[in-house]
Amino acid sequence: MSLVELEINGNKVSHDVEERQLLVHFIRDDLSLTGTHVGCDTSQCGACVVHVDGKAVKSCSMLAVQANNSKITTIEGLADGENLHPVQEAFRENHGLQCGFCTPGMIMAAVDIINRNSILNEKTVREELEGNLCRCTGYQNIVKSILAASEKM
Amino acid sequence: MYQFNYKKVETIQEAVNELTANPDSKILAGGMTLIPTMKQRLASPEKLIDIRNIEELNFIREESNNIIIGSTTNHFTVSSSDLIKEKIPSLSMLAEGIGDPHVRNMGTIGGAISNNDPTADYPAACLGLGAKIKTSKRELMADEFFISLFETALDEDEIVVSISFPIIKDSFYMKFPNPASRYAMAGVFISKNETDIRVAVTGASENGVFRWSEMEESLSNNWSKSSVENIKLSPEGIMSDIHGSSEYRANLANIMAIRAFEGINE
Ligand SMILES: Cc1cc2nc3c(=O)[nH]c(=O)nc-3n(C[C@H](O)[C@H](O)[C@H](O)COP(=O)(O)OP(=O)(O)OC[C@H]3O[C@@H](n4cnc5c(N)ncnc54)[C@H](O)[C@@H]3O)c2cc1C
Ligand code: FES
Ligand code: FES
Repeated sequence: MSLVELEINGNKVSHDVEERQLLVHFIRDDLSLTGTHVGCDTSQCGACVVHVDGKAVKSCSMLAVQANNSKITTIEGLADGENLHPVQEAFRENHGLQCGFCTPGMIMAAVDIINRNSILNEKTVREELEGNLCRCTGYQNIVKSILAASEKM
Repeated sequence: MYQFNYKKVETIQEAVNELTANPDSKILAGGMTLIPTMKQRLASPEKLIDIRNIEELNFIREESNNIIIGSTTNHFTVSSSDLIKEKIPSLSMLAEGIGDPHVRNMGTIGGAISNNDPTADYPAACLGLGAKIKTSKRELMADEFFISLFETALDEDEIVVSISFPIIKDSFYMKFPNPASRYAMAGVFISKNETDIRVAVTGASENGVFRWSEMEESLSNNWSKSSVENIKLSPEGIMSDIHGSSEYRANLANIMAIRAFEGINE
């Protein structure tokens, strides 16, 4: 076991974890933050995307021990109380989700895309979504939501 | 995953000491290959030695007409470096085309070349630019470093420290990405300076990345598009799997070579 101390959505936590525990399972099972999803076994779907020290990463492909001393933001950490984050709001406005399974990862990826690109167009958004799969929407409204949010942020 | 031990190290020497003391251990860099492989139980090291925090491995600098990149520098950092964009734009484009943003935030150049996946991108840039690879023990030319499929010249207790790329502006990389993973179905890196023309191919051969000597010769005789078009890659020894037959990949390598050539001349 190793001690992991980190800050998640502004809260400090410290936990003993098995070295083999994946960050996503630490977040979901130990911290009960179940907004972050697991959609595949091949590091390809992006349902598990969270921000570690401000960078979007796939938490299914990182060990909890690797995240020691880091600052993590998950989907639960985006809204400001009752007020949704502009990207969450845009997904709601633009029907950017259907079943919602991919949505937490999509939104975390979207926030990262908007932070990194001062100007966004449809082509860039589609390229940047390479690591996030959706089985429902056909991506059309996801792209629309991200473009709409980028104008507000 | 199997149970294993884990140690974060701060210096190159500490990493080497750990490797020497624990024969069944493995270096963990970005983990973008190693962790998925361990999840599938295709690898089961007893100990992981995490080198991501070694500061002396994380840098990009220019030195006597070379760009030197520390081994734990991630793909995003390479793709967004203004220095690399200016000096070797083909290298920043290559880094930008790896996987997806999340993979690029974690995956490192040292991990990519140490792994020597036959469909990985960086090995093509190393061979195609004639890079020099500095390890914890010695310096190796890219031509000596890549041995075969997932095999390099690295000893068990040796780690990659940095990669030094000669600044060659006239260079270009073109790959046909696998639509699911973005790994190369076939990728060709071409570079040309006063003395040398190099052509490296990834994604195609059963033995991993290689220099396409017939193509280099043809282009050295006459730097023209027809010199590229006239050389065909034989399907013999070319990978064949659910994604494409050897004939398909061999033909794709030709097309990528034509596009890479056009990229240089644009
Ligand atoms: C979804 C997905 C898509 C991808 N798409 C592409 C793609 O399009 N093109 C591409 O080229 N790659 C692709 N990759 C692979 C990615 O580039 C990896 O980051 C890279 O191959 C390995 O780098 P890493 O830092 O993650 O290494 P790790 O996974 O940490 O390590 C890989 C291997 O190298 C060894 N190692 C690592 N660093 C060193 C070192 N400094 N010295 C000695 N040994 C070392 C490790 O022990 C291990 O055996 C993809 C990966 C994923 C998950
Ligand atoms: S769960 Fe699919 S990429 Fe992480
Ligand atoms: S909304 Fe169902 S997977 Fe994307």
